[in-house]
Parts: sequence; structure tokens; C-alpha cells
Amino acid sequence: MGTVLLVVRLAVRDVRRHAAQATLLVVAIAAATATLTMGLALTGETSRSPYLTTRAATKGPDVVAYFTSAAQANKLAHARGVANHSGPFPVVSATIHFDGRQADVFAEGRAAAPAAVDRPLLTAGSWVRPGGVVVERTFADALGLSAGDRVSLNGKSFAVAGIAVTAAQAPYPNLCNGTLLATTATASKFSNACPSFFKIPFLSLPGGRKLASSDEVGQIWMTTADAVGLTSRANPLTTYAVNLKLTKPDDAPAFAYDRFLPVASQPAGPAISNWEGLESQDARLVQDGQGVLAPAALILSLLAIASVAVLVGRRLAQYARRVGLLKAIGGTPSVVAATFLAENLVLALFAAVVGLVAGWLAAPLITNPGAALIGSAGAPPISPGSAAEVIGLAIVVALAATLVPAIRASRGSTVAALNDVARPPKRRGALILISSKLPTPALFGLRLVARRPRRSLLSAANVAVTTTGIVAVLAFHAYADNTLSGAIALTGGGLSNPVVNRDEQMLTIITIMLVALAALNTLFTTWATVLDARHAAALMRALGARSRQVSSGLIVAQVLGALPGVIIGIPLGIGLFKAAVHGGTLPPVSWLAAAALGTLLAMAALTIVPARLGARQPIAEVLSTEAA
Amino acid sequence: MTESGPGGPIVRARGLRKVYGKGEGLARAVDDVDLEVAPGEALAIMGPSGCGKSTLLHLLGGLDRASAGELWLAGRRVDRLSERGLAQFRRHDVGFVFQAFHLMDELTAQENVELPALLAGRSPRHARRRARQLLDQVGLSERAVHLPSALSGGQRQRVAIARALANEPRIVLADEPTGNLDSAATLELLRLFDGLHAAGLTLVVVTHDERIAATADRTISMRDGAFVDETRLVGGTSGNLGDLAGMGG
Repeated sequence: MGTVLLVVRLAVRDVRRHAAQATLLVVAIAAATATLTMGLALTGETSRSPYLTTRAATKGPDVVAYFTSAAQANKLAHARGVANHSGPFPVVSATIHFDGRQADVFAEGRAAAPAAVDRPLLTAGSWVRPGGVVVERTFADALGLSAGDRVSLNGKSFAVAGIAVTAAQAPYPNLCNGTLLATTATASKFSNACPSFFKIPFLSLPGGRKLASSDEVGQIWMTTADAVGLTSRANPLTTYAVNLKLTKPDDAPAFAYDRFLPVASQPAGPAISNWEGLESQDARLVQDGQGVLAPAALILSLLAIASVAVLVGRRLAQYARRVGLLKAIGGTPSVVAATFLAENLVLALFAAVVGLVAGWLAAPLITNPGAALIGSAGAPPISPGSAAEVIGLAIVVALAATLVPAIRASRGSTVAALNDVARPPKRRGALILISSKLPTPALFGLRLVARRPRRSLLSAANVAVTTTGIVAVLAFHAYADNTLSGAIALTGGGLSNPVVNRDEQMLTIITIMLVALAALNTLFTTWATVLDARHAAALMRALGARSRQVSSGLIVAQVLGALPGVIIGIPLGIGLFKAAVHGGTLPPVSWLAAAALGTLLAMAALTIVPARLGARQPIAEVLSTEAA
Repeated sequence: MTESGPGGPIVRARGLRKVYGKGEGLARAVDDVDLEVAPGEALAIMGPSGCGKSTLLHLLGGLDRASAGELWLAGRRVDRLSERGLAQFRRHDVGFVFQAFHLMDELTAQENVELPALLAGRSPRHARRRARQLLDQVGLSERAVHLPSALSGGQRQRVAIARALANEPRIVLADEPTGNLDSAATLELLRLFDGLHAAGLTLVVVTHDERIAATADRTISMRDGAFVDETRLVGGTSGNLGDLAGMGG
């Protein structure tokens, strides 16, 4: 009991006394745990509620099918197991132009009266009228459309009567993916990217073009007459959509498959979707976010380990006397190690709780279903398993960074600790020989690197993790740019992609966290080096070196330590991106070179202030203190 | 293994040696020292800087391990103890007083004194009671809740002494305890040591200061790691301590 009180008392008092360091440690771990929490929150049920809300509000169908004739569509509408239906509605492909942008659309002909199944819910304006179209909301957002705007469809002018959401189609830019069953002939007719049975409707794009990817087709509704009016000899009416309500909605996948299988080999067979497939496409916006957050959590965790290791290393140096005293009055190695570990573990647990709460509160921002649906996902539930995973991460980070120094401190010489004798630096004869031929700053810098290889290793690890993150982010930006430019080439459009937009927003936030943590790490590492080198620096100055030469030496030491990290970080970042995005294109070499150079320059810039402060300490004071 | 029975020396060292380095760089900090300290004795060890007296004190207190030789405390051989065993030895049998006080800056005077008792697994209530008693004994009960930074050098050293006594050790080892104190604080400390000695506590004090040594029962001089002289003082520290120390009014 007494020992527990002792350990707790020392931990609490120390945290109070060094609040800034404790805060940084908490921030580093909380950043990693918050990211992991958000990643874990984006699983399972989080996006389900908005789709179901939208489905209920729009009388969403259980099955949507496309046929080449109205008769075939009608036949399915009256099949056994169908409780209600709407359609068949003619569907025509068209090209929409607005404000210098253009895109492909599927225009569905509708009556002015609401349908029994699939009634798109207006979020602005009014329902279709002659000369007035309704645009699906995500697509309208991508085009920058509002109700009342005028657009051109296959060269004809229409007013945007309204903006609506639907549960019968996957939202832009994933419209095509909502259709789960389509024949090979149908699929290959439509797209080069997905020549499979799945995910492709059989509508042709205007001019017989094929999609390079399965994305970037928007949905609009217009009167049947207007839709038919968009057809031409080159773009005939070939498609009818029918929306079905089943007597047993849960049987929708089996219903769709049973109706599809007998006609699967026909060249103009149907394309059929079910509501579960549509729901999964609606969740894609969120799932993509998960793909970004998982590697981000890994990077931030590694950076947190580096941060905590630097902090712990520095604090151990500060607390050498305390360790010595504890041992002198009878603290066993295990008590000494426990004292140090307890403090960091408690901070890590606190950081885990902060991360859990922050991640939980921030998760709705990214589980927001987007413009395609109504309602919100709300705060996603954190399962006990997820909480355990997050807390486990925090503990692993703290232990990984603390265990070895704590054990080393507990086993070190008591007398040396009491006298606050710094660990003797390593002597590297070869480096000392090499450095003697270099200018003073390089000489000093190289020798500083050589005397504390573990700190240099930590610094390199810190920079490697940061560079990995930066390169991965750059690679994603390049990938997103290529993807968008590919879409633009096809659509001529310049539309924004909500999935990519959200990914980029998350990456921006993660990059800011990454760079901020790395900057703090750099400052702490530099300051640790400055304190460690104060005697050597004072001696150099006593022997005639100028302050500027000494501070330059400290900067050289940091940059030299960072160099291997940058070199390693580039392939690691590419590897991380390749693991997260299969088949993604890499950023140009010039980007990678700029990232490497920029990281090194940033390191040097961050080092300047602490280095200059360190180089200006009074020589006599430092030398007399060290001698005492 | 036991070496002495009841009535024998409380400390017994045989051929104690501590060397650093090897080959031509070998330095003998403590060189083949034999020592016995009787229960209740006050022993002063003197010598110039670097003569090995602090190292010897560290060896006697189990802060450091000897390169060779044997060491017994109250009949128990301690030089062969494990790290854990040495920690327990320091916890229960030895009290240290350092020149630099070595108080924990973030703990109050009372909390500093509680430390050894808590480490020994005593209940917080017991540790608190014992700390109050000891602070009262050293005249600091009114400063119990102050941090070390709010105490004078003499007061800090008295807190350190109270801490050294927390677990009722068999012996108190003091390394230049007055090295950082002014004359008045030194006198206060000597009076305190005198009281402890009178109460039967065994004291080993390493010092430069001959006035401090004059208060001991016996003085040993060291040079180059070895004992070179030993003086037994008639009358010990009884009588006017300040006069003996040359600081009386």
C-alpha cells in the first residue's frame, strides 16, 4: 500500500512539476489514439442509419432493374414476391453542360405524380415539369448547381426545377457501382474498367463511349416526354428502369440473383440492383475514409513512440538524481522502474481516454453520409473491443518508449545517478578522424552525432516516420489528381469528386497533425542535444569557436541525424501508399525530391532557435557547473 | 553467513577494495581497507579530496559494490547480496545523509521523510506518523508542509537526517553533511548528531572539517584509498559540543 502511494505520489507531483512535457506526451499519444478511434468508428453500422432514413423517406425500392424493353420490365414488376412497383421508366444517357463544366448523366423519365416506389425527396425546388429537371444532390453539388439554374442536356436547355435525394441509386460519383448484376456483354459495352458481371449497368454513354472507371455518371429526373426527347438515332432509347417493393425485403439479393441467372448469358440481359448493394455504395464515402485513417493511425502511432521516447530519454537524464536517491534510500530496481513506468502509463491511459473521446466526437464529421442521403450518422458507438484496441495502442506506445530507459535507469550505478553523471558518450574513432578534416561546424556536428547514437537514431526514426507520412500524402494527392484528370478527360468536366474531396480533407488534417508532432519532436530532440552538448559547446567556445559556429554545428548534427530518416522515409511512404491504394500511380520524382529537401530544411529551421540559445550559454557558468 | 555475534562490531570490513579502470589506467579508490565500527560509535573519516573516503562510505552503505573484500553489517554479509537484497539492506539497515541533501524537490519536507517508510511497505498512516515524529525531533515540525525550495540549507539537511532515520537504521552514514552549510547550520547539525549519538545510534561521517571530526569517538585518516592514521578521542562528543568544534559562543 505504502509503495503504491509512493509511486502515485511521485507520478502526480512530477506531472504537475513538468506539465508542459506531460502535455506534449499526452498530445502525441492522443493524436494517434484519436485517429485510430475514428478509423474504428467507421466500421459496421455507422452509415446504416442515414441510408435507412432516406429509404424510408423516399419509399425506396428493394430491387431496381434495367431492361431493354418495357415489356420485360413489366413482366418482372408482376413477378411472384413483388408487393408493389413503379415504372417502367425510360432512361436515357445524356451529356450535361453547366457553367463550363460537363458530365455524363442518366436521365430518368418520370410522371409529375409521385411514384408508388422510389419517390426522390426534394431538398430544394420542385418536382419535374416540362422543361424542368431534378438533379440528384451529390451530382448537383459536384456541378455546383442550384434550383433555378439552367443547364444544357444534349444541347437542349432545361431549368433545374429541384434538387433531390434517392435511395434507388448509388450517389455520384459511384452511380454505376450500385448495379450489382449485369451480363458480361452489357458490362463490357459500358466500361473498359469493369468488364465483369458486376457493378455495371448496360446503358451506353453518349456517342458509344465507355467509362475508364466505373465512376462519374450523375442521375437526373425529368418528364418522360423530355427524356424521350433527348434520344436520337445515334442515342436511341434502349433502357427501362423498374423499382420493386418485395413482400420480403430481406430476400432482395436472392430475388435479384434468381431473376438474373437465367438470362445471364443473353447479350441484352437485365442489370439488377438490390437495396443492400445500394446501401453499401452509399457507405463507400465513409469506407474510403477508413482506408485513409488506418495507415494514418499507424504513422501517428510510430511518431508518438518517437515523441515519447525523446521525452522519456530527456526526462531520465533530468531525473538521474531522483533515480539515484530512490535507490539510495532502498528503492529496488523494480520500484524505480515502476515509478517511471507508472507515470508514463498513467499519462498514456489518460491520453487514450482523450483520444477516444476526441475520436468519438470527431467521427460524425467523417461518418456524415454526404449529400446523397438525409439524416446523420450520429456519434458512432465505440465497442468495448475498439476501446480496448485504442487503450492497448496507448499502452504499447508508452511501453515501447519507456521500458528500456526505465530498466536501464533502475539498473544503473546509484552513485553515478546521485552525482548526476551523464552517461559517457560513445567514442567513434573513425568519425572523429573524419571530422577533424572538416570545417568547425561540421566537425562539431559530426562529433555530436557520434557521441549519442541512440538519440541520432531516434531523430532519424522521427524524420523517417514524418517523411513516410508526407510521401504517402503526396502520393495520394498525385493519385487523386490523376483520377480526377482521367475523369475530366472523359467528361471534359472539372467536377469535384466527393469521395476524393473527403479523403483529401482528412489527409490534410492528418498531415497537419503529423507535421505538428514532428516539429515538436524536432524541437525536443534539438533541445536535448543542446543540453547534452552544453559542456562540449562551452569548451569549444572557450577554445576560440564563435557562437555561430557552435550553433551551426548543432544544426548540422540535427540535419545529419535526419538525413537517413529522409532517405528511408521515401520508399516507406511509397510502400505505405501502395499498400493502402492498390494500383495507384506514384507522384513525380520532383515532388519526392521537394519533400525530402523540404523536410531537411524544415528540420534545420526548427533547430535554429534552440541551437542559438544553447550556443549562447555563459561559458564559465557551464564549465563550472559541469565540473561540480 | 554471520561473522560476529551480539556485542561484536556492527560494521566489519576485510580487505575492502574498489578499483576503476584496468591496466595502466587502474585507479585504486579504496585499497585493501580493514575496518570495524562498534555499535553506538561515532566514527569520522577524513582525508583530502579524491582519497577514497566517499567511495568507502558508498561501499559501506551498499550504494556501490566492492571490487574485492568482505563486508558484514550486524553480522550479515552484505557484499554478496543481489541488487534487490542491497536495496533492502539500504532500506532497513542504513540511513544516508548527503552533502547535497538530495531531497525530492516536488515533495514537501514531510513527504520526503515518509519516502523510506513507504518504500519499506509501511502503511501511509504509519509513514506519516513517523515522519511527523522525526520532523519534531529535528525541530522542523512547523516546516513540514514546505517544499525544499522554501527551506534553508540547514533545514534541508535536517530533513535529510530525519529521512535517514525513518526506518530506524542500524547505522547512519553521512557524506560531508556540513559541506553546504554555514557555521550556524553546522552547529545545529552537530548538536543533532550529538543527540543521535547519545541515543546510541552508530554514525560514520566522512568530512574534510577537523572541527566535525573532533566530535567523533574515533577519527580515521585516509590517503590514496588506504587508512594512514587512526585517532581515538577521549571523552567522545559528550560535553560542550560547540566548544569541541571550535564554534561555541
